Amino acid sequence: MTTLKTPIAFTANNLLDGEAVWLGRNGAWVKSVASANVFSTEDERKIAFEAAARADQENLVVEPYEIEVAFESGQVTPLKFRERIRATGPTMRLDLGKQAEQSAAVEIAAAAA
Amino acid sequence: MYRYDEFDREFVAARVAQFRDQVARRVSGELSEDNFKPLRLHNGVYLQLHAYMLRVAVPYGTLNSSQMRMLAHIARKYDRDYGHFTTRQNIQFNWPKLADIPDILEDLASVEMHAIQTSGNCIRNVTADHFAGASADEVADPRPYAEILRQWSTIHPEFLFLPRKFKIAVIGSPSDRAAMQFHDIGLEVRKNDQGELGLRVFVGGGLGRTPMIGKLIRDWLPEEDMLSYCEAILRVYNLYGRRDNKYKARIKILVHETGLEELKEDVEVEFERIRDGVLKLPDEDVAAITEYFAPPQFDQIPERSDSIEHAKLDNRSFARWVGQNVSEHSQSGYGIVTVALKGTGEAPGDATSAQMDVLADLGERYSHDELRVSHEQNVILPHVRLSDLKAVYDALLEAGMASPNAGLITDIIACPGLDYCALATARSIPVAQELSQRFADLDRQNDIGELKLKISGCINACGHHHVGHIGILGVDRRGEELYQVTLGGSGDEQAAVGEIIGRGFAADEITNAVETIVDTYLSRRLSDDETFLDAYRRLGPQPFKDALYPAKEAA
Repeated sequence: MTTLKTPIAFTANNLLDGEAVWLGRNGAWVKSVASANVFSTEDERKIAFEAAARADQENLVVEPYEIEVAFESGQVTPLKFRERIRATGPTMRLDLGKQAEQSAAVEIAAAAA
Repeated sequence: MYRYDEFDREFVAARVAQFRDQVARRVSGELSEDNFKPLRLHNGVYLQLHAYMLRVAVPYGTLNSSQMRMLAHIARKYDRDYGHFTTRQNIQFNWPKLADIPDILEDLASVEMHAIQTSGNCIRNVTADHFAGASADEVADPRPYAEILRQWSTIHPEFLFLPRKFKIAVIGSPSDRAAMQFHDIGLEVRKNDQGELGLRVFVGGGLGRTPMIGKLIRDWLPEEDMLSYCEAILRVYNLYGRRDNKYKARIKILVHETGLEELKEDVEVEFERIRDGVLKLPDEDVAAITEYFAPPQFDQIPERSDSIEHAKLDNRSFARWVGQNVSEHSQSGYGIVTVALKGTGEAPGDATSAQMDVLADLGERYSHDELRVSHEQNVILPHVRLSDLKAVYDALLEAGMASPNAGLITDIIACPGLDYCALATARSIPVAQELSQRFADLDRQNDIGELKLKISGCINACGHHHVGHIGILGVDRRGEELYQVTLGGSGDEQAAVGEIIGRGFAADEITNAVETIVDTYLSRRLSDDETFLDAYRRLGPQPFKDALYPAKEAA
């Protein structure tokens, strides 16, 4: 079992709305990189690659590819800046993209508390 | 303005229906992404970092108030309530859902707009001087020529799969406000000594990773031969342009590698073969198209508006805005208003749906129902009575669009960059925002004077950095954003490609670097009238290098 130098995840865009998604546990595509499945060995990568390719063929997602990730404060975080922007949203418009949804969720939770 | 005829209407409607079917087949799985991608690209649909992106064509940058209102409606209904005006006089929506795009295209078609050929290796939306039909120095309105080119190039069967994309710009004044010489074909409408209209033709200009100034291939081309000559150029390019390497596939590379004289021979041979054929433009056809662009019924009014002169005395901000954002009109008593979409700290070229509605209202009420999009990511109200300027200003002020900075250092061009674009290697908008804030002081901006600052987030140069007086190119260096600076570029009639000044700057250094460049200019200029570009041309790069990279003092 070969261990990868850097752990990876698979990402793509949803076919219907173009939203950035990541391959999660149980083969589902998830909208938050925090829920991405992280693969650390060559065998896992092969299986994940096949799952991603299958989702592409089944027209769930568009053009999946792998990204390098790390755990920062226990959270899955992409290493590349480009992928971090995909995972959050435009850096100068915090009201747009996933960051906006996440902050809205926090606000709703706070209001409910 | 041009109005669709029956053919245009049917064609665009058929294209919407066709794309609706293609989207349905993609969603059902009948079409794979490989099959679908070229189809969506030919309809202006990209897939970017966060979502799909739809690029809508604004032919030669001209639109009426209904069209602007429709863009606002699309932003509101299908997107995130804003649009981004681009450096090719188009507008991009950054968040549409694939399933909604056929409906968006149908809405666009209802106001005679579409997204056809805003992507792909075809002849793209033809651009023109945004002051067309209004500027005081105009020889002839370039838009009839651009419209004829649009009709010829739209789904031209021979030129839909060129070696690479192909961009044409047309100007009708000696002043080049459209960066004409940085297009695959650049056309300048001129008059000869007999008073006849014709064209000066440039070929092989472009930006991107290999910036080139277009070369003069014909000093005089009778207007009746415009399409034959362009077709001859395209045919030679289609035949000999490289298809083995996309980075060497633009016509500029062919011109550079073949040599202008040899290429010109081939073009002239083909031109002679076809010039008396179907593409020869009959006078009556040119006249019919020109009629669409006939000037509006201007009132005969005095050159000077006393009420405006008084308002300027009363209101310094208004006076500043008039001085900077209103240009001379060919018609006495009128002015051309540049609405700078460049408020302090804002993303260049972005407008909310509410702002687009205001622009539409102002165009309808005060500018003979006409608006323009400039390649500098501003919106133009081309025909405003001087006596209406205060009302226009007040409305713009209320809508947050009265920045009095047209042509100044904060009138920055910036591509979407890494915040949106799948090709980008660094962010551009945040750099523009920080610079806009750093130089926000209007007295300081006016003291600096005309200075074009342009920022691209990758080597493809959508932000036109090569022709910025100060150009900034963002690249990725080992995972960090790095910004290279070029100086002395110019997209006007004295076209020049900027020179790289030295090593790049980190994201947190670039604003200071620009300030150092500006301070160096201010300390070295001969007088307040010597612009940055003039000073750079006189001084050369050395004083700027010395200021940016001071030699380390000997220990």
